[in-house]
Amino acid sequence: MHLALVGTPNSGKTSLFNALTGSRQKVANYPGVTVERKEGFFVTPLGRQVSVVDLPGTYSLRGRSPDEEITRDFVLGRATGESLPDLVLCVADSTNLRLTIRLVLELKRTGRPLMLVLNMFDIATRRGVTVDVARLSEMLGIPVVTSIAVRKGGTSDLLRKTDEIATQAPIQPKQNLWQPLSVAELRATQRDADRIIAATISLPARPDTWTARIDAVVLHPVAGLAILGLVLFIMFQAVFAWAQPLMQLLSLAFAALGQLVHDTLPAGLLQSFLQNGVISGVGSVIVFLPQIIIIFLFILLLEDFGYMARAAFLMDRIMGGAGLHGRAFIPLLSSFACAIPGIMATRVIDNRRDRLTTILIAPLMTCSARIPVYTLIISAFIPAEQLGGWVDLRGLVMFGLYAAGITSALAVSFLIKFFMLRDYAPAPFMLELPDYKMPRPRSIAIGVYTRAKMFLQRAGTTIFSMMVLIWFLASFPTPPAGVEDPAINYSLAAMIGKTLAPLFAPLGFNWQIVVALIPGMAAREVAVAALGTVYAIEGGKEAAEQIGQVLATKWSLATALSLLAWYIFAPQCASTLAVIRRETGSSKWMVLTFAYMFVLAYAASLATYDVAVALGAG
Amino acid sequence: MTTINQIDAPPQIPLGLAKRGYSGVIHHLAADKASSALSAIELESRLIELGFVEGAKVEVLHEGIVGRDPIAVRIENVTVAVRRREAMAVIVV
Repeated sequence: MHLALVGTPNSGKTSLFNALTGSRQKVANYPGVTVERKEGFFVTPLGRQVSVVDLPGTYSLRGRSPDEEITRDFVLGRATGESLPDLVLCVADSTNLRLTIRLVLELKRTGRPLMLVLNMFDIATRRGVTVDVARLSEMLGIPVVTSIAVRKGGTSDLLRKTDEIATQAPIQPKQNLWQPLSVAELRATQRDADRIIAATISLPARPDTWTARIDAVVLHPVAGLAILGLVLFIMFQAVFAWAQPLMQLLSLAFAALGQLVHDTLPAGLLQSFLQNGVISGVGSVIVFLPQIIIIFLFILLLEDFGYMARAAFLMDRIMGGAGLHGRAFIPLLSSFACAIPGIMATRVIDNRRDRLTTILIAPLMTCSARIPVYTLIISAFIPAEQLGGWVDLRGLVMFGLYAAGITSALAVSFLIKFFMLRDYAPAPFMLELPDYKMPRPRSIAIGVYTRAKMFLQRAGTTIFSMMVLIWFLASFPTPPAGVEDPAINYSLAAMIGKTLAPLFAPLGFNWQIVVALIPGMAAREVAVAALGTVYAIEGGKEAAEQIGQVLATKWSLATALSLLAWYIFAPQCASTLAVIRRETGSSKWMVLTFAYMFVLAYAASLATYDVAVALGAG
Repeated sequence: MTTINQIDAPPQIPLGLAKRGYSGVIHHLAADKASSALSAIELESRLIELGFVEGAKVEVLHEGIVGRDPIAVRIENVTVAVRRREAMAVIVV
């Protein structure tokens, strides 16, 4: 049996999806477009195998954006390679049924078997919303069930009813009478919806007081901005400070594993490959998993709580001044974790120009792949001091790097607005501000798990193959017999590095850095592992454990700062470029992004290095 | 609409000009009056999808920082953020 989940944004659709399927989820893309396709599986109490697809949130079937087109096509059975759903579940936030009931009336016209799920029913009851479920079902002419996605057994009604509907088989789908609604029809359906609501639902006299109280502070012109700044600041302090113990543990574990391989295997190519290529390479990437988990934890928590929409509200005009849409805030914030989901998330912006601008600057947001590079250099060169007793100096430098990324992104966006997209017309900012909800731990856990898995899959495939390539470049050809120099001086990597070195010499980069930058362009975090490999092989086995300490002895402070500046802008990883090309539908924007970021990175590094040298840090 | 009604009725204003704390009822939508980037039909459709229909109660809850824009509007049981430019299409009494 195939189910499809449809609902307005903020209806709790995803948390219901997580509750139904747990971690039995498959995330892929719809063919031809880059809208995420989430499918999960579960078994009903009667033992029926069910697959369920979580469709993108929408207020209507008009299909205003690529996401919404997917929802429409899927429900109508027009989506390529998808079978018609046997049952469409329209998910509603029970505290807020007005817009969903209108959507239900529109969905009914498609003739698909339909069931309304009143989700978050416990919250609605607590707030004094009463729903005459039987009457609602009768007036809508479809089954209606209540559910509490966050509670154990909260979906039992839904499961039972699904079994019931499936047993009544064969379900006779009615004819599809749906056509794009005219303004008059839209208005008529909303009026019908309001009539049904008046007859079946009684609302409390006062709206949710908690939401009103929190909003009074959070949306306050002054306090609101201060809170937003504080939230971001705490987020980055946490990424730096909380993750540290775990990271040290992981790092020790991989070093021990490398040592074990070293002691077990005879000296030679295989030993070097496993220890220096595979274990130290993959290890130095996986070690950053704690930070990625923390940043996604924050993003998902804020989203679940309902803060993300508020942040977009606060940032709308400020971002608007730089030529950005308020909705761009969410994709840009996601880009802090990784530019790839961020660029994909720009689909919430339906104006093409707003979307292009956001895509172009998304890679300037400090993605988590830069954290390894930043952390490595900061730990090696910036002393662990406390400023004024409570501000961690390293955390402050980190904050500065993030701030530089954001500032330059706004500046670039401003330039795009003025020089490139002159016929720019601002698209409307219209966004529902959902009532605040306690974040749902289980749902958050599943979300973090899915994303951590995605990161590890990248670490396991792209990065692993890059590490093998780097190890190969750094190990072959082998040096002639009897020479005293480190073996890497004779390798392919050294040749490439030395060829390109003059170009980067004005930035204070030595050839080892240039070698690391090459795979670093394929995926930024690889640069750390590459530096490790390059220096580990050069300096002997004992150097692999403490890349940072080695760097501190090999680089000047000016070089380190210059590399930090480089990485604020660093031409992004190949996967980001590929996504830009896919999302914009042309290589033009991909090439443009690469070029402008390369120029910015070069200029920033050059300036940083020269200033640092002039100040005596060379 | 007769002249007598206009004299007796409270003043109609576009929601886009309403101050924080304003509350009223939607009289009609005039999407062609707003200088939105969207076509009048598209703007009207979107407003309706967010619940802006005749007779709905609205209240301006919050204002943005720059130029008191955008505004957060409570419409029946839903809170919606919208820029003043688009809110000009919603005529309230």
